[in-house]
Amino acid sequence: MIKNILNLGDAALYCDFGKEINRETNTQVIRYFKSIQKENIVSINNLSPSYNKLIISFDLKKTNFKDLKKLIENLDITNEDDLENKKIEVPVCCDENFALDIVRLENKLNLKREKIYENFFSKEFFCYMTGFIAGMPFLGDLSKNMRAKRLETPRVRVPKGSVALTEQFANIYTFESPGGWNVIGNSPLRIFDSSKEESPNLINPGDIVLFKEISKNQYENYNE
Amino acid sequence: MSKNYFQVIRAGIHTTFQDEGRKNLYHVGIPFSGAMDKRNYLLSNKLVGNKINSPVLEFAYQGPLLKYFGNKINIAITGDVNFRIKKRDITIDGNCYQSLNLEDGDEVDILSTNKSVYGYLAIGGQIDLKYQWSSCSINTKASIGANDGKKFENEQVINILKLNNQSVEKKLNYINTKIENIRIIKGTNFDYFSDKGKNIFLEKVFIVSKLTDRMGMRLEGPKIENVIDTNIKSEGLIKGVIQVPADGNPIVMLSDHGTIGGYPKIGVVISADYDKLVQLSPGSKIKFKQVDLSSAENLFKLYDLETQNLISQIE
Repeated sequence: MIKNILNLGDAALYCDFGKEINRETNTQVIRYFKSIQKENIVSINNLSPSYNKLIISFDLKKTNFKDLKKLIENLDITNEDDLENKKIEVPVCCDENFALDIVRLENKLNLKREKIYENFFSKEFFCYMTGFIAGMPFLGDLSKNMRAKRLETPRVRVPKGSVALTEQFANIYTFESPGGWNVIGNSPLRIFDSSKEESPNLINPGDIVLFKEISKNQYENYNE
Repeated sequence: MSKNYFQVIRAGIHTTFQDEGRKNLYHVGIPFSGAMDKRNYLLSNKLVGNKINSPVLEFAYQGPLLKYFGNKINIAITGDVNFRIKKRDITIDGNCYQSLNLEDGDEVDILSTNKSVYGYLAIGGQIDLKYQWSSCSINTKASIGANDGKKFENEQVINILKLNNQSVEKKLNYINTKIENIRIIKGTNFDYFSDKGKNIFLEKVFIVSKLTDRMGMRLEGPKIENVIDTNIKSEGLIKGVIQVPADGNPIVMLSDHGTIGGYPKIGVVISADYDKLVQLSPGSKIKFKQVDLSSAENLFKLYDLETQNLISQIE
């Protein structure tokens, strides 16, 4: 359930589902997201579900914070559609040229790189949300000893395909982009395809992701 | 090749097609995009008799040099733009907010935006463009929209499928005003910052950095100190949000922004000031001033009314 609705600027609702980040809270967020989406409310421009928040941005010419808040609070939220769980394997090459922040991570986590990769590749990840850049999946959860903060100053350019960690999460940079996560490798897999307007994302909220290590040679000859 | 077309002789620094942008895709990770300065975008379309939400050319700093081939066509440029029209035997300085006719062989040379960033060129007619998710707006970071999602390149061609009938020249008396004070509403993480940090944010002058593009505006100035946590759990963003990463330098999210972010939100630029904000070029001074939600809503109503008035003055 939504704990609290605040305004984010003058044209968005900031719905808080509680502090805890876990699959239950996230499932609640996704249920609200899907229910609101079904309503086709014309004044709504965008819905951004995340781990434990839902941001609803709207057209200030058509409604305002107070009116839309009331409308959202009075919506019937269905509990029916359970999330589908697809399983997806993502190949990752951890060559030194790709693992831009592995030294930083070794220092921050006080772990040798072999151990970092062992922990990473043995984990099954859950997709909480997609975004930041088109199709980027936010995957959890890393074990406690694998959690590091973002870079102090975000990179202006993180290479396309970079696989990166921050806090309890992993993600994949679907495009070259600015970003502050700790990069540990690179995947040749196409995660976002704009020619598929109906479902451009390979990985969607609720999906399970497994990473598989590949060599530089396999990376260079990778063929979907 | 169609009968009526423009040849791009010089592409300019960052020239793209833009319209109103695309909705309801934040959850996929696709931002709104669309024309950065919406007022100037709408006015350019109205001046050439297009539907108000038609695609136009948006350029930044130095614009394109275009050569036209075909039947007489109507164009208009808005913003604060220096440009020239080269006809067979004369070159004339162009005026913004005034539509004009081009004939076969004429050239439009957009030299620069004057102490601002974005300008708009509307073409009276229907441009041959690819739409993705109901919009042709080019998002170069995700390679989405018309022109294969890429900014203009030299030698490319802009095909015109249909010309408008309008040949009368339309004009508007309007001068873009520059503002230094940008009004904001407190962000959802305002209390993450020390009292000193909050004061710096609301009292001090910041400078627009060179690392500014359609995604975001980076600011330089005194550091804003965070006393709670320099990271938050990643969550949605909207345009106008001001995030402060650990280095204490604020970043304002602009129309092609990432849809999710993990830095604390100290404030959000009000909707009424967004068009003016994006026109602040690198090196410009900027000061944030706090207002409450109801003032922000009223200021937007006024701004929108003013835009509608300007549009209705063009007949």
